Amino acid sequence: MYKLKEQVIERLNLKDLKPADIGDDQPLFVEGLGLDSIDALELIVLLQQEYNIKLSNAEDGPTVFQSIRTIASYITANSTEKVST
Amino acid sequence: MEGIPVISTHCLITKNKIIKDGQIIFEHPGTAGSFLDIVYSHLEIHYPKFYKMDNLCKLGILAAGVLLHGTQHEKKYKDNETGLILSNSHGSLDVDVKYAKTIQAGASPSLFVYTLPNIVIGEISIRYHFKGENAFFVFKDFDGNFMAEYVMNLFENNLIKNCICGWVDYFEEDYRAVLFLSELNNQENTLIFNADNLNKLNQMDYG
Repeated sequence: MYKLKEQVIERLNLKDLKPADIGDDQPLFVEGLGLDSIDALELIVLLQQEYNIKLSNAEDGPTVFQSIRTIASYITANSTEKVST
Repeated sequence: MEGIPVISTHCLITKNKIIKDGQIIFEHPGTAGSFLDIVYSHLEIHYPKFYKMDNLCKLGILAAGVLLHGTQHEKKYKDNETGLILSNSHGSLDVDVKYAKTIQAGASPSLFVYTLPNIVIGEISIRYHFKGENAFFVFKDFDGNFMAEYVMNLFENNLIKNCICGWVDYFEEDYRAVLFLSELNNQENTLIFNADNLNKLNQMDYG
C-alpha cells in the first residue's frame, strides 16, 4: 500500500503529505484527506493507467475510494498486478 | 456612490520579485514554478488546495494574498461587495498545452478543470469568499483605460463597494501579476483610481 500512497500523492499533487501521513483506513474524502470530485476522477484515471483497471460501475466509486485499503483491495481483486504492502 | 474610487494598494509579482506599493518585499531566485511554491511557503498562506492548482491560479491566489495582506478587507466588506475584474494575454494557454499532452495517455481531469482563464477568478473567490461582480478579459497588453471604465461603471451603478482588478498572466517561464485594490474614499492625498494611474503603475519597472 506504500506504493499506492506514493502514486496517490503524486497524481493528486498532495505535496504537503508523505505516504506515512495517510492511514491505511483513513477516509479519503470530506472529513479525511479532503479530496473532492475532481480527485475522484483522477483516481479513476490512475487505476486505468497504472493497473489497467476500468471502474465499470460508477456507483462503486464511493466504496472503492473509501480509503487506501479499499482501493488496494479493489486493485488486488481486479488486476494481475499485485499491490505491494 | 459614496466617495471617490481610489487605489488603496497595489502589488506586482514578476521576475522573481514581489513588489507591494512600490517596495520590493520579497525576492528569490528559481524557475517560475518553483518561485510560486517558495512564495506560498514564505507567505504562510496554509491553503492545501494551492498545490493542486495550475500556475495561473497559483499566481492569482498569491497576488491576491499579497494585495489584501494588512488591509482588513475581510472585516470591511460583505461577500457581495467586492468586484474581481482580471485580464491577461495568454488566457489559460500554459495549462492548455500541458493538458493537450496528457490526452493520448489518458486526459487528466485535474488539468482539464483549469483550461479556462476565468478559473483564476473562481479560485480567488473561493479562497476569500467573494461573491460580487466578476469578469475576465483577454487582451494583448494591460489596458488601463478599459479597466478603469469597466470598474467605474460597477461603482457608479452601486454594484460593488470595492474592487480587485488588474492583470494575471502566466505562460511557461513568463509570469506577471499586477493587482490593484480600489475602494471608495473621501480623504485627500490618495491615488485616484483612473486610467492614467493604472497605466503608470503597471508600467513601473523594478529592475
